[in-house]
Amino acid sequence: MNELTQQVELNEAEFGDYFALLKPRVMSLVVFTAAVGLFIAPGYTHPFIAFTSILFIALGGGASGSLNMWFDHDIDAVMKRTKSRPVPSGRIKPGEALSFGMWLSFISVVMLGLASNFLAAGILAFTIFFYVVIYTMWLKRWTPQNIVIGGAAGAFPPLIGWAVATGGISHESIMMFLLIFLWTPPHFWALALFMNDEYTAAGVPMLTVTHGKLETRRKIVLYSLFLAPVALGLSFTSVGGLIYFVIAAVLNARFIYGAWALLRRDEEIANSDNYNQERKYFKQSLSYLFLHFLALALQSMWVKIGLEAWL
Amino acid sequence: MSFRPIHDLHRRRLGRNIGLGLVLVALVSIVFGLTIVKVSNGGNIEAFDHVARPALVPKGEE
Repeated sequence: MNELTQQVELNEAEFGDYFALLKPRVMSLVVFTAAVGLFIAPGYTHPFIAFTSILFIALGGGASGSLNMWFDHDIDAVMKRTKSRPVPSGRIKPGEALSFGMWLSFISVVMLGLASNFLAAGILAFTIFFYVVIYTMWLKRWTPQNIVIGGAAGAFPPLIGWAVATGGISHESIMMFLLIFLWTPPHFWALALFMNDEYTAAGVPMLTVTHGKLETRRKIVLYSLFLAPVALGLSFTSVGGLIYFVIAAVLNARFIYGAWALLRRDEEIANSDNYNQERKYFKQSLSYLFLHFLALALQSMWVKIGLEAWL
Repeated sequence: MSFRPIHDLHRRRLGRNIGLGLVLVALVSIVFGLTIVKVSNGGNIEAFDHVARPALVPKGEE
């Protein structure tokens, strides 16, 4: 055995590397929002159907993660945050990630269709297409609007969950979609503020790279203001109520205040404390979305156990 | 006859094979579970079969 083949074999992938291709952290958000969309929808869904549907929605999300890692392995190798991923680190070949992602896409869409209905499966297929072709291949390297439009891909899971339960789309599910869609830009721009050097090195035209940090801070405020009416508006639909309204009001006030505080920050101060506040805002944005969907689930549970009259 | 010592590579392959085996078992269980749920919840499970099926004709049309 010569040195070269030995090197290749030593670097062979473990099972966990294939799991890492599915972007498990992104998948957790997909699972949670899809599950809430399904849980709060009117009507009865058999628990096993609900479980398998969420599993295949998650698998579809994972498939798009794998296809993303196949296409982006060149820029993933440049960025510190992503260079230890299975493809750029050489444990999995790009072609393997491609076929893995394609097969999982096929299996997840067909199985979701058979488990629930083909509207849900169709939206899942469109989500994978949107994330891989529209966002990854087209928008990401071309325009600073990449995550504004691409955010739609991450916004579909509650819509799919709702479609699993009801077989349709309604204004409630569209508003849940909009909640994630409008949340995505401030979330990723907060990240871009303290990851700017890496995006610059990788040649990804994030807003911070093309328009500067001040403009990005302004846009974060703008989007946090767009987001609030949608988030609060959900209170007045069939899935909302007083519990959700109170939680959403507090979360949105904090989110707007946080965005405002970021805008008022001086770049030098931000640099000197290693973007401490920007990092905090990024974390806050994660809990913002999680708590909104938790509030929707709580509200629905409150109604389902018959305590609606108390509030 | 000599045995080659177990290399890290073999450990990884074993892990991958066991993992894949478990995934396949899970997939079969899910398809089986779905079948049970669909059949036990699913009303009329007869369908068009190229021959007349009196059971499928709505009552008024007999």
